[in-house]
Amino acid sequence: MQQLFNFFIRNKTFLFYVLLLSIAIFFTIQSHSYHKSKFINSANFLTGGIYESVNNIEHYFHLKEENNALLEENNRLKSLIYNKRQALEIDTISMPKYTLTPALVTKNSYTAKQNYLTLNKGERDGVFEDQGVITSNGIVGIIDNTSNGYSRVISILNTTSQINAKLKKSNHIGILKWDGKSPFVAQLTDIQGLAKIKIGDTVTTSGNSNTFPKDILIGTLKDFKLSPTEDSYIINVQLSNDMTNLGHVHIIENLDIDELNSLESNE
Amino acid sequence: MNNLALTNSIRFIFLVLIQALILNNINFMGYINPYIYILFILLYPIKNNRMLFLFLSFLLGLTLDLFLDSGGVHAAASVTIAYIRPLFLKFSFGTSYAHQTIKFSNTEFGQRFSYLALLILIHHLILFNLEIFAISQLLLIAKKTLFSGLFTLFLCLIIQSLFSKTTS
Repeated sequence: MQQLFNFFIRNKTFLFYVLLLSIAIFFTIQSHSYHKSKFINSANFLTGGIYESVNNIEHYFHLKEENNALLEENNRLKSLIYNKRQALEIDTISMPKYTLTPALVTKNSYTAKQNYLTLNKGERDGVFEDQGVITSNGIVGIIDNTSNGYSRVISILNTTSQINAKLKKSNHIGILKWDGKSPFVAQLTDIQGLAKIKIGDTVTTSGNSNTFPKDILIGTLKDFKLSPTEDSYIINVQLSNDMTNLGHVHIIENLDIDELNSLESNE
Repeated sequence: MNNLALTNSIRFIFLVLIQALILNNINFMGYINPYIYILFILLYPIKNNRMLFLFLSFLLGLTLDLFLDSGGVHAAASVTIAYIRPLFLKFSFGTSYAHQTIKFSNTEFGQRFSYLALLILIHHLILFNLEIFAISQLLLIAKKTLFSGLFTLFLCLIIQSLFSKTTS
C-alpha cells in the first residue's frame, strides 16, 4: 500500500498529464460524432456574448452588401406576390406550416473539417435543436446546440452533416455530404445510377425530413461520376450559398414537428 | 510573485481573445492560420509549480476549443507541449537552465529559435492530427502543420522581440 502511494506521489505530474490528456481526447472524439458535443461548444453565455459584441462592430463594415442582398430578396418576393396574387390568397387560408426567425451569424468557420456557426438567437427566441437554417440563397445547416440566448449550427460544411436532397428536375433523392475539401463544393451521394442527370441541374432539399421544407435551393450540379459499383452517382454540387460570407440567416421552425415525431415514433 | 501572476493572467486573456477573434479569421490561402496563443505556454516562467502549469495550459486549450468548436484538440496539444517543455528547455538552453533565471530576451537567437520551432512543430502536429483524424489525409496534415507552423513561428519571433524589455 505504502509503495502504491509512493508511486502515485512520485509520478503525480505524469498522472495528472495523462488525466488532462484523456479528458481532451474524450472531448475530441465526442466532437467527431454527430450531435454529441454537448459540453464544449460556442453556444454558451461567455463565448456567445463575446462573439456577439465583436460582431456588433464588425457588422458595420458589411452594411452595404447586406442592404443589397436584402433589396434583391425583397425585389424577388415582391415580384412573386404581383405575379401570383391569386395563388397566394388561396394559400393564406390554409394553416402555416413553418415559421421563420431571422438571426445574425456571429461566428462562422469553413476551413476545418467540422465547421460550426454561432447565431445570436437562442431558446428564448424559440430556437431549438434540429431546426433548419437557410439564407435567401440556400441552405446553411441545422441547429445542433442551444443556450438561452445563442445557438450553434452544424454547417453543411461539416463531415458529419447529412441532409436529404433531391434533383429538382427528376425528383431523384440522395444525401448531401461534405468531403472536407472546398467550402464551395459539397457531395450528393446515393442518387440512382439510372437517373438521367447533366451538369447544371438544380439540387434542392427533398422535404423528406422534418427539418427543411421542400424545394429550398442547395446548388447546381458541377460534375459527376458513377460509384465503383455503378449503381449510384457521386455528384459534386456547386453550393449556391457563399458559405465563407454569411450575415443574416433565417431559422426554420416546423410547427408540426411534435405531431410528426410522435407519429413516427409510433411505428 | 504577485506581479508575475498578474502578467500571466493578462497574457492568458489577451492571447485567447486575439486568437479567437482575429487570428482564426485570417485563413491565408484558404487554410493557414497562426496559433500564437501557445506563447503563453512557451514563455511561462521556468521556475513554476508544474501541476498548476499543466492545468493552466489545459484550461487555455479548452477555452480556445470553446471558442472554435473544435472539441478538445487545442487542449490536448497544449497540455502535451506543457508537459514536455522541460525536455526542450534542456535541449535548447543547456542542462543548467533550471539554476539560472533565463530571460528569453537575453538568450541567443539560435537557442531561442530552436526552442520555439520544435515546440510549435509538436503542438501543430498533434493539433492537426486530432483535428483531421484520418490517416488517409496525411499529406493535408503535413501541409497544414508546415505552413501554419512557419506562420506561427514567424509571428512568435516578432511578438517576442517586440514585447521583450530591452536589457542592454
